[in-house]
Amino acid sequence: MGKKTMVSFALNGSEVDVVVEPRELLIHTLREKCLHTGPHIGCETSHCGACTVDFNGMSVKSCTLLTVQAEGADVKTVEGLAQGGELHALQEGFMQEHGLQCGFCTPGMLMRAYRLLQENPDPTEAEIRYWMAGNLCRCTGYQNIVKAVQYAARKLRGAAVESSHPLIEADAAHAH
Amino acid sequence: MGNLDTNLDRLAALEGMGCSRKRREDPRFIQGKGTYVDDIRMPGMLFGVMVRSPYAHARVKRIDKSRALAHPGVHAVLTADDLKPLKLHWMPTLAGDVQAVLADEKVCFQNQEVAFVVADDRYVAADAAELVEVEYEELPVLIDPFAALAADAPVIREDIRDKETGAHGARRHPNHIFTWTMGDKDKTDRMFESADVTVRQDMSYPRVHPCPLETCGCVASFDKVRGDLTVYITSQAPHVVRTVVGLLSSIPESKIRIISPDIGGGFGNKVGVYPGYVTSIVASIVLGRPVKWIESRNENLSSTAFARDYHMTGELAADKDGRIKALRVNVVADHGAFDACADPTKWPAGMFHVCTGSYAIPNAFVCVDGVYTNKFPGGVAYRCSFRVTEAVYLIERMVDVLAQKLGIDKAEIRLRNFIHKEQFPYTTPLGLEYDSGDYEPALRKVLAAVDYDALRAEQAQRRADPEAEWLMGIGVVNFTEIVGAGPSKMCDILGVGMFDSCEIRVHPDGSAIARMGTITQGQGHQTTYAQIIASEAGIPASQITVEEGDTSTAPYGLGTYGSRSTPVAGAAVARASRKIREKARKIAAHLLEASPDDVEFDLDRFVLKGAPDQFKSVKEVAWAAYNNVPEGLEMGLEAVDYYDPPNFTFPFGAYVCVLDVNRYTGEIRVRRFYALDDCGTRINPMIIEGQIHGGLTEGFAVALGQELPYDESGNLLGATLLDYFVPTAVETPHWETDFTVTPSPHHPIGAKGVAESPHVGSIPCFTSAVVDAFAHLGVTHMNMPHNAYRVWQQCRALGLTRPA
Amino acid sequence: MIPRPFEYHAPQTLPEALALLGAHGDTAKLLAGGHSLLPMMKLRFAQPEHLIDLGKLVELQGIREESGVLWIGAMTTENQLIWSELLQQKCPLLVEGARQIADPQVRYRGTLGGDISHGDPGNDHPALMIALDASFVLQGAQGERIVPADGFFVGTYATLIDPTEILTGVRIPVPAAGTGYCYSKLKRKTGDFATAASAVTLRMRGGRVEDLRIALTNLGDTVIHATDAEDALRGEPFDNAHVDEAVRRAMAACNPVPDLRGDEDYKRAMAGEMTRRALRTAYERSVH
Repeated sequence: MGKKTMVSFALNGSEVDVVVEPRELLIHTLREKCLHTGPHIGCETSHCGACTVDFNGMSVKSCTLLTVQAEGADVKTVEGLAQGGELHALQEGFMQEHGLQCGFCTPGMLMRAYRLLQENPDPTEAEIRYWMAGNLCRCTGYQNIVKAVQYAARKLRGAAVESSHPLIEADAAHAH
Repeated sequence: MGNLDTNLDRLAALEGMGCSRKRREDPRFIQGKGTYVDDIRMPGMLFGVMVRSPYAHARVKRIDKSRALAHPGVHAVLTADDLKPLKLHWMPTLAGDVQAVLADEKVCFQNQEVAFVVADDRYVAADAAELVEVEYEELPVLIDPFAALAADAPVIREDIRDKETGAHGARRHPNHIFTWTMGDKDKTDRMFESADVTVRQDMSYPRVHPCPLETCGCVASFDKVRGDLTVYITSQAPHVVRTVVGLLSSIPESKIRIISPDIGGGFGNKVGVYPGYVTSIVASIVLGRPVKWIESRNENLSSTAFARDYHMTGELAADKDGRIKALRVNVVADHGAFDACADPTKWPAGMFHVCTGSYAIPNAFVCVDGVYTNKFPGGVAYRCSFRVTEAVYLIERMVDVLAQKLGIDKAEIRLRNFIHKEQFPYTTPLGLEYDSGDYEPALRKVLAAVDYDALRAEQAQRRADPEAEWLMGIGVVNFTEIVGAGPSKMCDILGVGMFDSCEIRVHPDGSAIARMGTITQGQGHQTTYAQIIASEAGIPASQITVEEGDTSTAPYGLGTYGSRSTPVAGAAVARASRKIREKARKIAAHLLEASPDDVEFDLDRFVLKGAPDQFKSVKEVAWAAYNNVPEGLEMGLEAVDYYDPPNFTFPFGAYVCVLDVNRYTGEIRVRRFYALDDCGTRINPMIIEGQIHGGLTEGFAVALGQELPYDESGNLLGATLLDYFVPTAVETPHWETDFTVTPSPHHPIGAKGVAESPHVGSIPCFTSAVVDAFAHLGVTHMNMPHNAYRVWQQCRALGLTRPA
Repeated sequence: MIPRPFEYHAPQTLPEALALLGAHGDTAKLLAGGHSLLPMMKLRFAQPEHLIDLGKLVELQGIREESGVLWIGAMTTENQLIWSELLQQKCPLLVEGARQIADPQVRYRGTLGGDISHGDPGNDHPALMIALDASFVLQGAQGERIVPADGFFVGTYATLIDPTEILTGVRIPVPAAGTGYCYSKLKRKTGDFATAASAVTLRMRGGRVEDLRIALTNLGDTVIHATDAEDALRGEPFDNAHVDEAVRRAMAACNPVPDLRGDEDYKRAMAGEMTRRALRTAYERSVH
C-alpha cells in the first residue's frame, strides 16, 4: 500500500527530486530529505503555522500538504529569502525591530509576511494582525513582529528605514 | 572627561549596558539556520515514540510487544521490565519523589508512558506504536484534590503507600505529599481575632501549561567505543541533567556531554527530566545507535510540567482605614500523580512566601498541603518564579477584596499599605529580605499615565446607565516578585547549590569568548551578557562570543528559569569581567610604566591619572597579556567566577488594565494595558520590552482562556491547540510599557531580572479588571479563565443577560 | 502526526475522478483542500486506503455569473472567494463569511466544496449556502443533478451526496438589489470553529420584511435552517418585538452539544445573540 514515487519540485529556485510514500508530509520531506530545517513543527493539528512555506505563490502549512501534491510546484522556504548574500527586507526588519526571541516561529512568520507583502505592500497594523493570524508566537506578543513587517514594507517601497529601537536613547547618553 | 561626541562614538562601539544592541542570535534564526533538537541528524539515528495509557488510573496487566517488534524497521520496544535490571524504571524527580519512567504495574495519569518503540524513522515508529497491545484493569479515579485525603480515597501511589515520611516531612495519608508552613501562626491568629475588619476569599489558580512552540525532545547518542554519552536535549538546565543522568546511569559526568542547542521557548517546561529522555538514552546504549525522541504537542500538553493548580483561601485582617495587620493563607496544592515540582529542595511550595507582596504586613502565616491526584505531574512552570505567580495572585486579589469591603479605592488602599523606600532592605514576617523597592512613585506614574481619575469617572457614568451593553472594569496591581534563585544555604536542586558561573577568556587580538552556566531560550543572552562584559571590561560587545548549553565547555550552572540568569549568572559575568579588568589594569600600568593606582579605567581604555592623552586601550592590553606582563603576573587574560548570591532580588511593577465586558455574550475587550516594570539596572531596553510583551501576552492567555480541565473519569480535556488558548495576533492586545529604576543594592550591577514579572503581574491585573467590572454588583472574585462562557455565567447570575 | 499508508491518485479530468471513485468505493476519500481530511488522517481518525485529489480538475474551478446566477467551482478556495471582485459586488455575504473561516494559510487551500461536503456541523458554508438559497451541482456516474442546500445537510458528517458523486459547483441566485446580509460568528479566537454563528439575508419592502433567511452554525448535529424564526419576521415590521420573537425561536431551534466552548445554555443564548446581531446588521445594510 502506498508505493513510493518520485516527486520533483522547485525548492528555492533549484530543482529537487525526492522519493516518497504518498502519505509523507511536505514538512518532513523538506526537513529530513531536503535538509531544509528552517520550517519547524510546533503541533500536529495544523494550528501553529511554524511550518509555513510559500507554495505556488500561497502561504501554506507544509504539515497539511502531502509531498505528492507538490509535483511541479514552486516552493520557497526561509532559506531562500536572502538573495545574492543580501538579507530580505523582512529579515532586516525582524532584526531591527526585535521581532523574534526564541526564533522557532520566525521562519513561518517570515514566509507568511513575505506573501502578505507581495499581495499588500502597505498593510495597516490591523491588516498585519489579521493576515498573520495563522502564525502563533509564544515569545514576542506580536507587537514587534507588526513593527518588523511595517519596517520591511517601508523598505520594499523604497522609503528610508530606521529601527524604532535606537541603539542609545538620547537621555541615556548623558548618564555617562 | 572628554568630548561628548567622542564618548558617544566609543559608547556606540562598545554596545555596553543600557543600549538597545541588536541581537547576536538573530542572523541564524532569520535565515532558518538555528539548530533546534529536531534539526539534529546523526548517522544511524533511530526514532523513538512513546506508547501511552488511555486511562487515568489502571493496573497494567499485560503488555504484548510481539506484533510491534515484528514490524519491519522496528529495533526495540522498551517497557518497565526492560528497565528494571538497570534500576531505571523509576527515576528521582527534582522534588524528592520518584516518577515512573515506564509504567511499572500501574498507570496513574492519562497519557502516562507505558512503552517506548524505537524504529528506523518516525513513520515506522508511528505504525509500530499502534501494534503494542496493553491490557489494563481500570481503577477508581481521584481528580478532586479536596477529596485526596479522605479515608476512602483511591490510593494513587502504592509504591510509597506505607512511607510515613516524604522528602518534605511527615505524610498523614497515602495521597498526602507534604504540609509546609511559614510564619507565626499564633500571632497571626490573634491579630485576626482582634482586628476591626477581616475578609476571606477562596480562589483557585487553574492548571495551565507553558506550551512553548517547540515541544520537548532529545537525541541521545552513546558511543560504545569511547564509552561517551552525548545528549542533545531541550533543557533549561543542562548541567543538572548531566548530574541526574550520571546518577541514573552510573556513567561518570566526565563521560557525559549534555548539549542544549537552540531552544524554541522554555518557560519552565524544559527544566525537568522526562521519561522520554531516559528511554532514549537507554535505547541508545542498548542499540549502540543515536536515538531521537520528539514529543507531539498533545504529549507536551498532557504529560510535561504543568503549572499552578493551587487552591487557595486567603484572609486579611485590617483596621478601618484598610491598613493590613495580618495575612493568613491556606493552600491545597494538586501536584498530580508524581511530585515532579521543580522547587529548591527546602521549599516544596517554592517562593510562595512572597505572598505578603509589596505591603508592610506585620504578621502572616501560610500553610500549603500538597496532594497526589490522577493527573500528570509538574506544578512549577510557566514563568512562575517558583510559585510566585500564585503568591502574587493571592495577595493582589485579597487587597482588592479588602478594598471592596471597606469601600476604599483599589489604588488608594495600596498606597496606604506600601512598604516605603526607606524601609528597605525589608524583612517580611515570612522571612524574606526584600533588597530594594520604591513602589509609590511607580504606581503614581502609572495612574497619571492612564488618567486613572478620568477612568473611574467614566466607569461611574457607565454604571449609572442600566442599558449599557458593555461593563467597564479597571484592574490595578502592584506586584513584588522574588527571583534569582538563589543563595545556596537556602536553595539547592538535588543538593547542588543554586549558584551560577561565568568564564571569560580574552584572546591576543582583544576579542573574547565567554561561557556561562545558564542557557537562553529566547532571552537574548548572547547579546546581553556581552553587553555586561563590554561595560565592565571595555571590550566591544561585537568582539565577544557568548556560548552556553554545552556541559563539556560551559562552567557548571543551574540553568535558566525563574528569571535567575541576570541576578545570578549576570553577577558572575560582571565579577569575572571585573577580574579581567583588574588584571588588565596591572598590565596597562606596566605598559604605561606607572603604578596600577595611577591608572583609571575609562570605557575602553586605561588612562594615566592627570594625563588623558596617555592611555592603553583594552585591545592593546590584550596583546600585551600574551607577551609583556609585569613580573609576578601570569600570562593570559581570563577569569572565572562562581557567584553564590547573598540574597534573591525583588523586581516590582505597577500595572493597570482597562477592559470592557459584554453583558450579553461575556466577551472581553482589553482597551488598555499599561505595564510599568522596575528590574533595577536595565541592560538592554529593547530586549526588556520584548520580554515584557511576551510575558503580558502569556498572562493574557492564562487569565482569559487557558485551562486543562479533567472530567470525572480522569480524561484530560483540551490538550491540543484547537482548545488550549494560545492567542493570535488578532486577540493579543497592544501593550504599553514603562519603567523606573531601583537598583538592587547587593547585585554587582544592580540588576534584578525581569522576564517573569509581566506574567506574574498581569494575571491578577486582568482578574482584577474583570472582577472590577462587576464589583458594584457585589462580586468580589471570579476564578479564571475569564473566557466568554464563564463571564457570561456571571452575567446571568447577576441578571444582566437577556431575559429568558 | 503520521497518517496510515494509502494510495494517492491525481486524476486530470472529472470522468477520471468519477471512475476512481466508482472503482474504490468506500475505501476512497476525495481530497479537496485537505485541511479537514488530512488533520483527521494524521490523528488516524480517518483511514482511507485511497485518496483522490481533485486539485487538477479545471472543471471545478472558477467563479462566474450567468443570467442572474452565480456559479462557483467546488475547488474554489476561501481565499479566492475573499478576493473575488464579482462576489464582493454581487454576494458580499459569502466574502464576509469566508473571512471568518480559519486563518490565512488554511484559506489558501480550504475549498468551498470541501467545506460543504465534509458535513462537519462546525463548518460555516452550510449556513451561508442556506441563507443564500444556494443549490449544489453533483456529478455522478449517472450524470448531473442539482440539489438545493436546504435539506442537503442531514447530520454530522452526513449529506445527501452519494458516495459515488462529486460536488462540482455551487449555484447561488444573485441576491436582489437592496438585500441586507450578515454572518455573525462568535468564536473563542481567530481560527476556532463557531461557539455559535448566524447567517442572515434580509430584504425590506414597504416598511416590512419582504423575505429573510436565517441559518445557524455549530448549534446542532448539522446546520440549522431556522424557518420558525424567519416566520416571526416575514411580512412584519422590523421592530424590537418581532426581532425578539425571531431570536427566541432561533434559540429554540438549536440543539447544541456542550463542549469547552460552553454548555447548552450558553450556546443557545449565543445563538440568540448572534442571530440578533446578524439581523440588526442585515437590516442596517438593507435598503429600507
